[in-house]
Amino acid sequence: MKKFEYFDVTADIGFYAYGTDLNEAFTNAGLALFNIISDTGDISPLKNFAFTVISEDKVSLLYDYLEELLFYHEVEFMLFSRFTVKIKKTGGEYQLDAEIMGEEINWDKHERKCEIKAITFHQMEVKENENVCLKAIVDL
Amino acid sequence: MTIKDEIKKIRDNVYEVPGSYDKKMRASGRLYIDDDSFEALEEGAVQQIVNVACLPGVFRYSIGLPDIHFGYGFPIGGVAAFNMRNGIVSPGGVGFDINCGVRLIKSNLTIVDIEDHLDDLVNTLFKNIPSGVGSKGKVKLSKEDINNVLDYGAEWAVENGYGWSEDLEVLEENGRIEAADSSEVSDKAKKRGIPQLGSLGSGNHFLEIQVVDEIYDEKVAEVYGLEKGMIVIMIHSGSRGCGHQVCSDYLRLMDKAYKNYKISIADRQLACAPLDSKEAQSYLKAMYAAANYAWANRQMMTHWIRESFEEVLNKSAREMDMQIVYDVAHNIAKEETHEFKGRDMELLVHRKGATRAFGPGREEVPLKYREVGQPVLIPGTMGTASYVLHGTQTAMEETFGSTAHGAGRILSRSKAKKDYNPDEIVDNLNSNGIKIKATSKNVIAEEAPGAYKDVDSVVKVSDSTGIAKLVVKVKPLAVTKG
Repeated sequence: MKKFEYFDVTADIGFYAYGTDLNEAFTNAGLALFNIISDTGDISPLKNFAFTVISEDKVSLLYDYLEELLFYHEVEFMLFSRFTVKIKKTGGEYQLDAEIMGEEINWDKHERKCEIKAITFHQMEVKENENVCLKAIVDL
Repeated sequence: MTIKDEIKKIRDNVYEVPGSYDKKMRASGRLYIDDDSFEALEEGAVQQIVNVACLPGVFRYSIGLPDIHFGYGFPIGGVAAFNMRNGIVSPGGVGFDINCGVRLIKSNLTIVDIEDHLDDLVNTLFKNIPSGVGSKGKVKLSKEDINNVLDYGAEWAVENGYGWSEDLEVLEENGRIEAADSSEVSDKAKKRGIPQLGSLGSGNHFLEIQVVDEIYDEKVAEVYGLEKGMIVIMIHSGSRGCGHQVCSDYLRLMDKAYKNYKISIADRQLACAPLDSKEAQSYLKAMYAAANYAWANRQMMTHWIRESFEEVLNKSAREMDMQIVYDVAHNIAKEETHEFKGRDMELLVHRKGATRAFGPGREEVPLKYREVGQPVLIPGTMGTASYVLHGTQTAMEETFGSTAHGAGRILSRSKAKKDYNPDEIVDNLNSNGIKIKATSKNVIAEEAPGAYKDVDSVVKVSDSTGIAKLVVKVKPLAVTKG
C-alpha cells in the first residue's frame, strides 16, 4: 500500500494519506506534510517531541494534528520524518497522542521545497472502509 | 444550465449574478472582469460569490474583482461588506495571511546610479532580509516585545529604530489599528510570530528593485512623487506564521460559533459569528493585532532595504530620498463608513485579495494624497511589471472603495515545475536585464510568470471599469524570492 500521494490544486497542494487503521494513516499524513516542505528521506530522527490534541470529530482531529505539526516545525525550527500516533475515543471526543522525531532545519543538508502557510478544511476527509484514507489540502 | 448562464452583463466588463439565482441570497453578486476572463472563470469561484451573498447582514453586493479566483470559503479577489448592526465577520473572508500587503519605496536614483551595482544590491538585500521556507528573523524578541508589536505595529518598529517617523504617515491605517488587542492572540500565534518577525516569507512574496517605466497620469504621479526612470523598491509580504495561526485559531472557534448562533453556511470555511458576539469581537481584535504585526514586519524590512542601499552605494538613505510612497493591506477586514443613498452606513468590509482604493476626499487617505485618492499598489509576478493606480469615486460608489490585488495563479505548482525549467527562466530574465536571486530552484519554477494570470489585463479592467485608475507602470530590474 502506498503511504501517501499528492493531487493538484491550482494555488496549493493536496494529499491523500493511507493506512490499515487511523493511527497508520495519521502517521503517513505527517510524512505527506513534511515531504511538501522538504524531503523526509534526508531528515534524521535525532530529536523528539510529544504532544496531545483533543478534537470533537475525526476531521477536526486531522486538522488539529496537522496544525500542531506545522506549529512544531516553525517554532522549534525542526523538520520531522518519524511519527508515532495513537488515537482513542474518550467520551464524545477524540484524543490523539503523538511522538514525532526529526532534526533541526539545515538548508545545506535539507532540500528547500515549499513553505506551508496553513491547513485548510477544504474537502478534508477521513474515510474508513477496509483501509483508512485521509484527504487534506494545505495553503501554500 | 450552469450558474454562469444566469449571469447578466450590465456594462462593459461588469457582470451581475442576480439575487434571484438562489433563494438564500440576501444580495446580488457583481463581477468586474473582462470577457476572456469571464469565459475562463471557474464555476466554483462564482458559487463562492453566491455563498457569500447568502451570509447574514451582507450589504448590497458580494463582489468579485478582475483577479477573482477560487479560494477557501470566500473567493480570492473578493469584497463583501456586512452591516455592523446585523452582520457577521468571518476569518475565511480575510484569509490565512492577514494583512498580506504591498509597500513601495521611492528614491532619487536612476538606472545610471545603480546599474554597475545591481549584483551587489541584490546580494546585499538577500543577505540582510531573511526569506524562504523556515526563515528566521534576525531580531531577538521577548514575550513583552511581541505584545507590543501586535498592539502597536509599525509604530513599535519606528520607536525601536526601524525607519523614520514620517514613514507612518504614508501607511494604510498609519501602520497600526488601535483596536488591536494582543491578549486576544493565542500563545501559539505569538510563538510562531517571535522568530519570524522581519522576514519576507516564501511563495509569491518578493522584494524587487524596479524602475518607473511608464506614466499614465502625470498629475497624480507628481502628487505621489513618481517620475519616469526613477528607481523604486517594492515589498510583497504579510504577517507570516503569526497571522496564519490567528486565522486557524479563529476558524476553529467560529466553526463552533456559527452553529451556536444558528447561521446557515454553504461551506465550513465560511464559518462566522455575528458582529456583536464575543467570538466576533475577539477575532477582530486578534486579526487587527496580526495586521499590526505585518505592518511592523514590512517596516523592519524597509529599514534593512535602506541599510542595504547605504552599504552598497555609500550614500545615506536620506541623501537617496528613500521615502515610502505607500503601503496597502490586501487581506483584511475593517470597520468603515460608506455612503448609500445619502446616508452613512457603518460596515465591516472584508477584502480578501483586494486592495482598498479610496477615492479623493476620504479622511483615511494621507493628507498629501487626499485630493487625488489613495495610491493602489498592484504587484505583478516574478519578472513582470507591477502597477500604481489611484482610488476613485467610482470605487466608493460600487465596490466599497476596493479594487484588484494582483495576478491570480492559474497553474498548479507541480504543473509549473513540469512546464518550466528554472535555469531557462533565470536565463530569460537575465537576457531581459532582470537579476534574480532565490533560496531554491524549486521556487523559481513554481513561481514562473506563466503560472499566473497576466497582471496587465487585471489592471486594465480595474482602469476601464473605473474602480481604480492607472498612474504608473514599474518594471523589475532585480528580484529576490523566498
